[in-house]
Amino acid sequence: MRATPAPEIMLEPAYDPAGRGRDPIGTSTLAHKGLNVRHGTILTLEDINVSFDGFKALTNLTLYIGVGELRCIIGPNGAGKTTMMDVITGKTRPDNGVAYFGETLDLTKMSEVQIAQSGIGRKFQKPTVFEALSVFENLELAQKTNKSVWASLRAKLTGEQRDRIDEVLQTIKLDSSRSRPAGLLSHGQKQFLEIGMLLVQDPQLLLLDEPVAGMTDAETEFTAELFKSLARKHSLMVVEHDMGFVGSIADHVTVLHQGSVLAEGSLEQVQNDERVIEVYLGR
Amino acid sequence: MTMPLNQTLLARASAKLGPQASMAIGLLVLAVLLAMPLLHLLPADNALHVSAYTLTLVGKILCYCIVALALDLAWGYAGLLSLGHGLFFALGGYAMGMYLMREAAGDGLPAFMSFLAWTELPWYWYGTDSFLWAMCLVVLAPGLLALVFGFFAFRSRIKGVYFSIMTQALTFAGMLLFFRNETGFGGNNGFTNFRTILGFDITAAHTRATLFFATVVLLVASLYLGWRLARSKFGRVLTALRDAENRLMFCGYDPRGYKLFIWVLSAVLCGLAGALYVPQVGIINPSEMSPTNSIEAAVWVALGGRGTLIGPLLGAGLVNGMKSWFTVAFPEYWLFALGFLFIVVTLFLPKGVIGLLRKKGEQ
Amino acid sequence: MSTALTRILLSLLLLLPLAAHAGDAQDFVAANPAKQASLLERWSAAPDAARLPLIEALQQGRVAADSAKNAFIEIDGAYQPAEGDVQPVETPKKLRLNNRLRGLTATALASHQLLGEDPALRLAAAKQLQKSAKPAQLQLLNAQVASETDDGVRDALTLALANLQLVDSDPAVRLAAVRLLGETGDPLARTRLETLLDPAVEIDAGVRTAAETSLAQVKRKLLIGELLGQAFSGLSLGSILLLAALGLAITFGLLGVINMAHGEMLMLGAYSTYMVQVMFQRFAPEALALYPLVALPAAFFVTAAIGMALERTVIRHLYGRPLETLLATWGISLILIQLVRVIFGAQNVEVANPAWLSGGIQVLPNLVLPYNRIVIIGFALFVVLLTWLLLNKTRLGLNVRAVTQNRNMAACCGVPTGRVDMLAFGLGSGIAGLGGVALSQIGNVGPDLGQSYIIDSFLVVVLGGVGQLAGSVMAAFGLGIANKILEPQIGAVLGKILILALIILFIQKRPQGLFALKGRVID
Repeated sequence: MRATPAPEIMLEPAYDPAGRGRDPIGTSTLAHKGLNVRHGTILTLEDINVSFDGFKALTNLTLYIGVGELRCIIGPNGAGKTTMMDVITGKTRPDNGVAYFGETLDLTKMSEVQIAQSGIGRKFQKPTVFEALSVFENLELAQKTNKSVWASLRAKLTGEQRDRIDEVLQTIKLDSSRSRPAGLLSHGQKQFLEIGMLLVQDPQLLLLDEPVAGMTDAETEFTAELFKSLARKHSLMVVEHDMGFVGSIADHVTVLHQGSVLAEGSLEQVQNDERVIEVYLGR
Repeated sequence: MTMPLNQTLLARASAKLGPQASMAIGLLVLAVLLAMPLLHLLPADNALHVSAYTLTLVGKILCYCIVALALDLAWGYAGLLSLGHGLFFALGGYAMGMYLMREAAGDGLPAFMSFLAWTELPWYWYGTDSFLWAMCLVVLAPGLLALVFGFFAFRSRIKGVYFSIMTQALTFAGMLLFFRNETGFGGNNGFTNFRTILGFDITAAHTRATLFFATVVLLVASLYLGWRLARSKFGRVLTALRDAENRLMFCGYDPRGYKLFIWVLSAVLCGLAGALYVPQVGIINPSEMSPTNSIEAAVWVALGGRGTLIGPLLGAGLVNGMKSWFTVAFPEYWLFALGFLFIVVTLFLPKGVIGLLRKKGEQ
Repeated sequence: MSTALTRILLSLLLLLPLAAHAGDAQDFVAANPAKQASLLERWSAAPDAARLPLIEALQQGRVAADSAKNAFIEIDGAYQPAEGDVQPVETPKKLRLNNRLRGLTATALASHQLLGEDPALRLAAAKQLQKSAKPAQLQLLNAQVASETDDGVRDALTLALANLQLVDSDPAVRLAAVRLLGETGDPLARTRLETLLDPAVEIDAGVRTAAETSLAQVKRKLLIGELLGQAFSGLSLGSILLLAALGLAITFGLLGVINMAHGEMLMLGAYSTYMVQVMFQRFAPEALALYPLVALPAAFFVTAAIGMALERTVIRHLYGRPLETLLATWGISLILIQLVRVIFGAQNVEVANPAWLSGGIQVLPNLVLPYNRIVIIGFALFVVLLTWLLLNKTRLGLNVRAVTQNRNMAACCGVPTGRVDMLAFGLGSGIAGLGGVALSQIGNVGPDLGQSYIIDSFLVVVLGGVGQLAGSVMAAFGLGIANKILEPQIGAVLGKILILALIILFIQKRPQGLFALKGRVID
């Protein structure tokens, strides 16, 4: 457990409907109003255990993500990467363990919606967009704003919000298909749309599950640049199998194996780690 | 589900047919509907006279159109297929029926209660002699039931077919309850033999005309409401909810509130339709709550085209028109026809008649 | 005249063992109604085993007399002399008994049957005497109570005796009777005692107090029977729900198909039973008792074939679209119902229990377990076992499970998915057909039969957890027993509504049903 923070910084994350103080590609100021990151750690996972009918998906997993960090998670299939993301986003409840967002928000006690509203965004392994809505509408729904029923009933896009969506549309290169139904996009375009939705959602922590699957080399390269520009202003956690991509973005890599952390460090360090080599190459 | 379904027919068809054409059709239908009650007031030997039978039949179908629209708001937009909307319809109807029974009974007890040798009104009947309170009940009874049921159902994330089955069980339970004499709603026979409404003879031409007119107004109002909702961000959230609920939650929307809102709204619309149905048809009994009725409403929507606003109205009109014709011409075969309709619509017309028209329009 | 006399003498000699009452039949035939009545009363008070055939014949209206007032008994259309070997003067005329005499005959018959060997007959006799015993029989009943070996019969006799004594003018006798009633565990004793609590009926306060004590005693004894009875009817309802829901657990749980026409499969199974019964009546009436055994495979194949046909023509086009499947199968159900209405009529058809399925075991005075329900409970469990074996121990079961878990992968491994779908759907429908045979034995068979089960079956599957046979079994019996426990307390309808509410609340806690597998959430 962390030390009890001083009361004046225990504020709940507040909405920023006007979207003030953002730069062109969706990054906002580092110190998000409300989230207490006093110790420089945005995500704390300690001794997390998850088991499904006896099968241990996560065993004593301990992991910290620093503010503004870009962390890559690698690991063989079944290492528990997706389950870890499920735990962070509230989809799966851990059997025991500590999961904190910032210093004060206990993720194990929050619902999925509360977690999302507090500033954790997630991109799924399989791109999921709202297929019946247009690209623009997808972004509109994702945009950070008051998301209650009454607000939606009366919502009208402000000029600023519209501009913001237009910027992101340009960033993800979907400007020309803004009014196409999202269901008609290609796989790679859907990936970008989902990333765009994360950008307008403006979370402090982005969880990205295999973001470059199905992308061309050029698109992958572009995505790498995008993520690098996001880092420092946002914290990112990227699960990826593509080692080239990992090498091009990560300053810090965590290897998961059988539900717990096997190794941590720079990509080079990790790649030379005996145990990692054993896990990946077999004994 | 690759086509956007959340746009109104008018918006879509106008792109194909031209806004003038579809607008003209809509206005024409509206004009005919508004003229019908006036024509009913003409003397019976007038060539343009609309008979009470026709007016009642069309009024009944208009009530069903409102039900279809309400169901479509829940199913077509939010993906909540209710097989229990008959319950809300009947609750609205019963609330109105209570008022009409009190009105017919004067100071005494409603006839069926005297028949059961009851000496006083059950507590839930108090105040039903006031039209205003009865109207409150029309809204409250279905609304509160939908609220409670929806609250629990959405809280535990019951969705898809599970939700449908639960709603069906709900209306079935309601039917069993209302079939009992002790429940205090006339048992098997329900309510009938109404005399007056607000002091006016319920069978008089001008009363019928007024009721019919009220139905048209309610229909147009519901249509406008649906149109506004579908165009709002709320409507888009619903569509998103229908297609990818999990994604929506990770965007920070709480689906429960959205579902609950549209679900209760839909139930209340149904209740209002029921309240207008009862004085026009002159009877309400528990068979209105039978699961068959509710699921039939689903086929109106499916036939017309769900996720559109005009589709359900078209579907309700077509199926009920067919039903009226069949039950006179070939009563034995109506269930066959209805059964085949269910199959044909699901197999060959996934987007309903509206989808078919659109396709034609695009070619 | 002299020949007649010799005849009688001869017959008396021949029937020497019966000589003591050789005149009974003659006496009765010769007497006027008033005399006949007193004869019957006398016989009732002092039964004699040898008189039984005569009284039985009287009861069945087979006693006749010719003009010479000789008694004859009709046996298979021929008239045998009741005593001796007199020949009828002309065709004997059957005796007509008035209502009073018929009642007295029944009483007499009962007191004669009390002497018999068969406890079941003695029990029936004792029950008859509870209603009709005459004060003259007091002594006989006392003796019988003392010598009776069977508990049930003794209870019944005690009750008959007490009924007699309760109208006695001596309060002491009544008190003894009330105490006696307290010893029995018979529902009739309860009603009898309850009437005694009324001062208008029983004037003696002491007897009333005793009646109260006895009533409490009887109620305690009855409680066990009542509870067991509720548990049994719960099990019985549960087994019916299970039979109705099991097929659904396969089509819905494994294939994910919402088959709203499932209830109609039950209905078709019941109508197949009816057809088999009609065939037997027409072509093999002597083997009629066996018809349910033939109906089982017949119903299974009929419904399985219909199910497979539906799967191939309609349902397979709708995989992955559950709501559409729901609507389409509802359409199918409408068509099937109307089809049956057109063919068999809208009225219920009559499906009769064969003899071996009618009747029941009397476990306690207030608890009878009907054979048909016992058989159905066993049958339901047998079907579950069979289904489990089929799914877990056969190639088809393996294929079904493979297709359920990953259709594409199964197809790549060479599993003929289309065929598997068809067979699995056929299996589910066939099991519903078997359920229909069972339902036909305990309820009405009409076109709407299935409609009343479909909602309950779905609730069973939802509650039990999809794809879980064990869950369905537990849920079916749980719902059955809950229903039957609630029914006497708050009525069937409110009980049903309460159960629905409970299910909704239960799903709050366990959204996946009773037996859900946990796992990684896949999107």
